[in-house]
Amino acid sequence: MAKFKLAVNGTKHEVDCDPATPLLFVLRTKLKLTGTKLGCGLEQCGTCAVLVDDEPVLTCARAVSEFIGKDIITVEGLSDGRQPSAVQRAFIAESAAQCGYCTSGLVVATTALLKRNTRPSRADINEALTGHLCRCGSHARVLKAIDRLAAEGRSHDG
Amino acid sequence: MTASLIKQPNVDQWLVISSDGRVIVRSGKVDIGQRISTALAAIAAEELDVTLDRIDMAAVETGVSPDEGVTSGSNSMQDSGQAIRLAGATARQHMIDKAAAQLEVDPASLEVSDGLIRSRETNRSITYWDLQGDVPFDIPIDPKVTVKAPKDYQEVGKPQAARGLSDLVTGAAEFVHDIVLPGMLHARVVRPPHYHARLNALDETICKRIEASGVQVVRNSSHLAVAGEDEYTVIKAAERLAAAANWDMRGGLPTADIFDAMKSNDRISLPVTDGIPRQEPVPDLPQPPANTVTTLSAVYEKPYHMHGSLGPSAALAKMVGDKLHIWTHSQGIYVLREALAGGLGIAEDNLYIVHVPGAGCYGHNGADDAAADAALVARALPGTPILLKWTREDEHAWEPYSTCMAMDVQASLDVGGNVIAWSQESYGDTFMMRPRNSPPGEGARRLLPLRYIKDAAEDPVPQPAMRYHVGIHRNLEPLYNFPKPRLVKNLVRKLPLRTSALRTLGGFANVYAIECFLDELAEAANVDPVEFRLRHLEDMRAKACLKAAADKLFKGNKPANRGRGIGFAQYTNSKAYSAVGVELEVGDDAVINLHRAVLSIDAGQVVDPDGLSMQCEGGFIQAASWALYEEVKFDRDGVTSRDWDSYPILRFDNIPDIETILIDRPGDPYLGAGEAVSGPAGAAIANAVYDAIGLRLRRMPFTPDTIRAAATR
Repeated sequence: MAKFKLAVNGTKHEVDCDPATPLLFVLRTKLKLTGTKLGCGLEQCGTCAVLVDDEPVLTCARAVSEFIGKDIITVEGLSDGRQPSAVQRAFIAESAAQCGYCTSGLVVATTALLKRNTRPSRADINEALTGHLCRCGSHARVLKAIDRLAAEGRSHDG
Repeated sequence: MTASLIKQPNVDQWLVISSDGRVIVRSGKVDIGQRISTALAAIAAEELDVTLDRIDMAAVETGVSPDEGVTSGSNSMQDSGQAIRLAGATARQHMIDKAAAQLEVDPASLEVSDGLIRSRETNRSITYWDLQGDVPFDIPIDPKVTVKAPKDYQEVGKPQAARGLSDLVTGAAEFVHDIVLPGMLHARVVRPPHYHARLNALDETICKRIEASGVQVVRNSSHLAVAGEDEYTVIKAAERLAAAANWDMRGGLPTADIFDAMKSNDRISLPVTDGIPRQEPVPDLPQPPANTVTTLSAVYEKPYHMHGSLGPSAALAKMVGDKLHIWTHSQGIYVLREALAGGLGIAEDNLYIVHVPGAGCYGHNGADDAAADAALVARALPGTPILLKWTREDEHAWEPYSTCMAMDVQASLDVGGNVIAWSQESYGDTFMMRPRNSPPGEGARRLLPLRYIKDAAEDPVPQPAMRYHVGIHRNLEPLYNFPKPRLVKNLVRKLPLRTSALRTLGGFANVYAIECFLDELAEAANVDPVEFRLRHLEDMRAKACLKAAADKLFKGNKPANRGRGIGFAQYTNSKAYSAVGVELEVGDDAVINLHRAVLSIDAGQVVDPDGLSMQCEGGFIQAASWALYEEVKFDRDGVTSRDWDSYPILRFDNIPDIETILIDRPGDPYLGAGEAVSGPAGAAIANAVYDAIGLRLRRMPFTPDTIRAAATR
C-alpha cells in the first residue's frame, strides 16, 4: 500500500492503495466516481476512458502510480455542476445512448477529439472512436451528435 | 386479453395516484436501453391526461410489480403497453365518475387537464390528487374501456426525451456494478476451463495465502469464488485461485465441425404448419410439381453468436436470516425467483429480487447466472452484501449463445416465375434455456452456477419449443403466398456450446435464408427482386413497408462498384413489418464497407418515434455485426473467443448512413418492434454483396475469408 495524490476533476485527492491498482478501480471505488465503467480490463472496449492532460486514456489496466501529477478529468468532471457540457448536450439531443454502458467513454473520446479538431473528418472520427465498442448500436447517433457539434462550430466548453 | 392483464386484472396493480401530485406506473417489463419506460410513461400520461413529468416509472421488483414474465420477444408494448393503456383509461373514467358525484355534475360535463378535473357547466373542479391520492382504486381494468382517440394524442407519437438519458451522459446513472452498501464485499468467480470440467483438487497452500491477504475463498464443490473489500485485490486473488485449481477435464468439448454435426447428430424433427410444430412424422420432400420450370436449392448457415454485453454481468446479493435480497439486471425477475428458490431451497416469499440497470443484454445473457453466483456467495457469507461481477472472459466464454443454425431451402418456379413449391428445414440447438421452472426443478438446472455446486442437478436436456414462431422455427414460415410450404424444425442434440435466447431467436437466420433465396429465385425467374417479393405478398401493410425502403434505396444512380440489396420480414408473422435496404462496396481486400442503410418499419401506432427509430438502428447495427464479423470459436479445451480481439464486432469505422422510415398507423395495435429489423438486415447485406460482386454468401460471417472461399466455389 502507498499514499498518492491524484488530481481528479480539478480537486486533489489523497488515496491509499496498492500502486499497481489500475486507475479505474481507484476512481470508482476510492473516489466514488462510478461514471467511468469497467468493460473488459484489457484496454479493448473503451468504456473506461478518461481525459488525462486532455488526452483520452484507458484506465482499466494502467497503474494509478502512472497518473501522479497529471490532470485527470472523468465524465463527471465534464459537466459544470449539473449543467451538461456541449458534448453531453449533443449526446442528449441526438439520443446517442441506449443502455449507456459505453456512453461515458464515448463522451470522453468525443470531447478529446473536438478539443484537438473542431471539424473532424469522418476518418478523424473513426480513428478517435474505433477503439470504443457499443453493443446496442447507438453509433449512428453518436456520429450525428458529432456532426451537430461540428456544425455548431464549438469545440468544447468544459 | 394478454397474459399480463389476465394475471394482473386490477388497476392498482399498474397505477398509483399519489397525494403529492405524482403518478406511479408499475410495469413488469424492464428498461434495458430500449426505452420501454419512456414509451410506457407516454401511454400512461396520455390516457390519464397528465403531463409526462408527473409520471414515475417504478422499479421492477418481485412482490410489487406486475408479473409479466420476461422482457423479451418484442412483447413489451403489446403486453405492458396495452395493459397500462387500459389501466390508465379505466382509472381516468373511474375518477371522472367519482368527481361527477362529488361535484354533483354530469360526468359528460367534465374535462381533465393535467390531473385537474373541471366541469364546463359549473366551473367546479377537483384534482386527481385530492380525489384519489394514495387511495386504492379497488376496481378491475375494463378491457372495453374507451381509450383516447389518436387525433387527441398529446404525448403518444410525439417526440420525447428518453427517461434517464441525461444521467447516462453525465455519468450519474447507477448500474448494478456501481452500487455500494455498508460492509459490502466485492466478489469474483473462478470458472472451470469449460462446461464439463469439475474440480479435482485445490492447492490449500495458495488458498491460505489468499485468505491471509484478507480475501475469503468461497467453495461449494466445483463452484469457486473469492470475496474481499478491495475490488482489485479480489481480481488478483481470483487469478491466484484459478492457478490453485486442478480440474478433471472429462474429455472436453466435441470438436467436429458444427455444420457437419448439425446434419449428423441425433435430432428431433418436427413439421411446422401455420407457425406451430406438430407432433407428426416429417413429410418427405416431394418431387417438384409437374409445371415446374426450375428448381433451386441452397444451404445457408450461421455460426454461434454471443450477446456480448459491453458490461460483464453482475449482481448484488445479501442474505439476512432466511431472507435473500438480490439486485440484478435479469430480464425476468419472477422467473429468476422461482428458479433460484428451487435451486437454493429458499422459500419464494423469502427471496426478494429487484431489477437494476446493467449493460444492454439483447436476450438471455449472463445476468441470471451472475445473480445465482452472487446468491451462492451471499449464502456462504450471511449478513454480508456481495457485489459479484463477471470478468470479460467469464461473459464471453460462459454466457449462453445464440445457436449455430443451418437452413436447407428448396423451391420450384413455374413458367410465369411464380413459386409453386417451397421447402425449408432449419437445424440448430435450443434458444429456450431461460431459467423457467417448468417442470419444477428445471429452472435451477438452467442456472449455470448451480450445475457446479454440491448435489447439483443434471444438465438440462432441451425439449423442442412448440409454441407459435419461437425458437428455431421463429420466422421459419414465409409470409409470402407460397402454396403449402414444407417446413421442418430440427432440434439437434449434443452440439458443443451452451445456448439460449438472443435477439430474434431463429428469426435472424431463417429470414436470412428466405430473403437470400428469394433473390436467387428472382434471378432465376428474371424478375426484379422487389417485384418478385411484391408478387408473392398479399398483405397491404407488408407491401407498403417493402416499397417504402425499396423506393428510397433504389432511387438515384448507384455509385460505381457498389451493390444494393433488400430484405423484408414481418417479425413472427404477427409483429412489426420491416424492410431493410443496404448499399455497400466490397474492396479489393474482400472487406465489406457499408455505405447506406434504409430501414422501414410498420409497428402499428407509433408511441415513441425516436425510440422506435433507435431500436431499428441498433437492431441493424447489431445484425450487421453478426453478419460481417461474429463467430464464437472453441476447441476441445473450451471457448477460445474470450475477449474482443478473438470475437470482433462492428466498430465505428464501418457504420453506414442510416435512414429510418417510420410508417405510423394511428389507432392500430402496437406491434413489437425491437427485433424486426435484424433478419432483413442480414439478408440485405448478403444480397447487396451479390449485386456488387456476383457472389452468393451462404455462410456467415461474411469475412474476407468467406468471400474468397465463395469466389473459388
